[in-house]
Amino acid sequence: MSDSNPKNFKTDLPLDVARWGIPSTYDVSVKRDTDDIFEDSKVLVNIGPTHPAMHGAFRCMARLNGEIIEKSYCEFGYTHRAKEKLGENRTYHQFVVYTDRLNYCSALINNVTYAMAVERLMGIEVPERAVWIRMMCAELARVIDHLICVGINAVDLGAFSFFLYGYHQREKAYTLIEKLCGARLTTSYTRIGGLMADAPEGWEKEVKEWVKETRAVVDEMDRLLTENRIWLKRTKGVAIMNREDCLKYSFTGPNARAAGVDIDLRRDQPCMFYDQVDFDVPVAQTGDVFDRYYVRLEEVRQSLNILTQCADRIKRGPIWADDKRTRIPEKDQVYNTMEGLIHHFKFFMNGFNVPAGEAYTSFEAANGELGFYIVSKGGPAAHRMRIRGPSFWHYQGLDPMIRGEYIADLVAALGSINVIAGELDR
Amino acid sequence: MDINTPVKTIYGGHYDKYLPEWTMVVEALQSEFGDFIEEILMPRIAATDVPIIQIRKSGMMAVLSRLKEGLGFSFLTDYTATDEESEPRFRLVLQLMNPTTKARMRVKIRLSEQETSPTLIPLWEGANWAEREIYDMFGIRFEGHPDLRRILMDMRWEGHPLRKDYPLRGYQVFLTPEPLDPELLK
Amino acid sequence: MSKDGSSDFFTTKLDDMVNWARKHSLFPLPFGTSCCGIELMSTLASGYDMARFGAEVVRFSPRQSDLLIVAGIVNLKMAPVLRNIYDQMADPKWVISMGACASSGGIFNVYSVTQGIDTVLPVDVYVPGCPPAPEGLLNALLRLKEMIAAGETHSQRRERALRGEV
Repeated sequence: MSDSNPKNFKTDLPLDVARWGIPSTYDVSVKRDTDDIFEDSKVLVNIGPTHPAMHGAFRCMARLNGEIIEKSYCEFGYTHRAKEKLGENRTYHQFVVYTDRLNYCSALINNVTYAMAVERLMGIEVPERAVWIRMMCAELARVIDHLICVGINAVDLGAFSFFLYGYHQREKAYTLIEKLCGARLTTSYTRIGGLMADAPEGWEKEVKEWVKETRAVVDEMDRLLTENRIWLKRTKGVAIMNREDCLKYSFTGPNARAAGVDIDLRRDQPCMFYDQVDFDVPVAQTGDVFDRYYVRLEEVRQSLNILTQCADRIKRGPIWADDKRTRIPEKDQVYNTMEGLIHHFKFFMNGFNVPAGEAYTSFEAANGELGFYIVSKGGPAAHRMRIRGPSFWHYQGLDPMIRGEYIADLVAALGSINVIAGELDR
Repeated sequence: MDINTPVKTIYGGHYDKYLPEWTMVVEALQSEFGDFIEEILMPRIAATDVPIIQIRKSGMMAVLSRLKEGLGFSFLTDYTATDEESEPRFRLVLQLMNPTTKARMRVKIRLSEQETSPTLIPLWEGANWAEREIYDMFGIRFEGHPDLRRILMDMRWEGHPLRKDYPLRGYQVFLTPEPLDPELLK
Repeated sequence: MSKDGSSDFFTTKLDDMVNWARKHSLFPLPFGTSCCGIELMSTLASGYDMARFGAEVVRFSPRQSDLLIVAGIVNLKMAPVLRNIYDQMADPKWVISMGACASSGGIFNVYSVTQGIDTVLPVDVYVPGCPPAPEGLLNALLRLKEMIAAGETHSQRRERALRGEV
């Protein structure tokens, strides 16, 4: 990250002086578009809810002075699907499918986090092989999420072929995920206390091949875009969110690390076997669009490293925890014995009881800290299922981030923080 | 086998690692704000993963600003509420984190149905939307909030969906898109 | 030619020709709101390449497009917006409802979700799946082309009804 400072951008000057030659104050009325021949020509611009640059269904209303955003406010809720209410009305087992639809770019991470949250409440330890597979799932999902984020960010700024490079690799990752669980996007792969199915024979070898390929592709993507002059001009020093603001607005994940907040829950709050693998946490300093892009690209490389290490260390073994409460009965038991059939029926119709208690379990998802705050009163459904989606907090920071920027930079800023409607609205 | 069973792969060493800090914080709060603290639940004793500090509404700002400035819990991870179906009805729940040591804490405030709560925007600007969401979903009002509108639901919506007495399928249909208020940009 | 001079034979053939032209130049408007939007992107991207079926020029303006692909959840806050967009599209226009959420509400039978977009606008082809694989969407596109060629879509029926042919 030594190259994170721009070459032709005067960093020693305050931002506003460097960009517009006007003195820096936080009072936005001072910032004025120098090309604006009509002084104080105020325009209200409504973007969304179905604008292509809004990546889903959000709405942003901006008051412009010339081309500069003076004030904006954001509306969302256009994909609100009441997952928190459903968490109180569905059994813990049934809720697995709803977690897919949180951050649908990386559904596997949501599955893993949710399974961990419920297992923590029940005190279940899953076997080693299941943990390694879960770690591989999480890193695979992180890679494809970052690829899509940087890809779409580039598409919004006009670099379409960059997106195709990333998406091609993503399609191959989908094939790997399909081999694992049969679905491409909404995986529902984890179960409480285990996994839906074991990884097929030789799956980790295929992952290793894919990792090798992807590493080359990521390097190529890096060469293709990072030094591009137009890309640098559109991203360097644009939509800065500094460290203090990041902490104030509860930014987490790559967006916070781009501004120098050195928190990565995989390293600082290790769960699964993250303390046994070796990886770096990329941190940038400025917190502009370019840093968010580059931190993500670097994180892809680190995740690929973790994937290789996991693939090397994974061993054969059971994938289900030895716990009668959550174990789904085997099919030959269900079809051939009366007890097995009753067990199956009770499991899927009534669910299993989770002991009373409450826990907030969080994991470093692709976008930041994904947390499940589950309050159990002892029944088969949660009393309160709170989902802390990182996008909710990131989207809130959009307004201070784009204040004083050009309207065209709104698109760059929104793409770079990677707001996903599913976990924003829940 | 419940929350107090140690699980190696899910934050196994956390309890031992953070117990000194938790004890220190809890003792500091008890000595300073003994009157405001209703209840303290510690992990391994009660069914929780991190200490829960239940405080009175009157001491909310004092305790939280002490936690934020003096005791290091300056990162607001999450801010939400729960509906307990008994009097007092609501709990405001804050998940706090110490960004240096990564220790976590939970603060709860009990509220009855008609009660309002002071806004936390002076402490954390990020609490703005979280409070709007709590208002939208539970109907808890926040005093001093600059923009207390609905956030997820349509502004014409009636009722608060995450209250336990709101039906899961309580649809409300609107024939026109939600109006936008240009006054908000003035 | 019939006896009164009207040309039934000719207009039918012209219709066929027009429909043939229409079915090969679809301009989709991707109304992607959630998960299905990502699969829609997959379909448009290199792996599946919707351009092979003559529908790759994605238009984000309803005025310039004639195929509305509703990909993802439409909740009660979004439904009037969707109807507005449909009304702004010029005739003839077609609608593909992609995925379980758009077709029926899917697993989300809750207070905030429209139980199927056919409560808001007429749908020509439904694609099952949550989300459907890109092959499913391509199949729906081919089915829609057949329907357009046969003049069976809602929009064409409406057109014929307005001409008094039904």
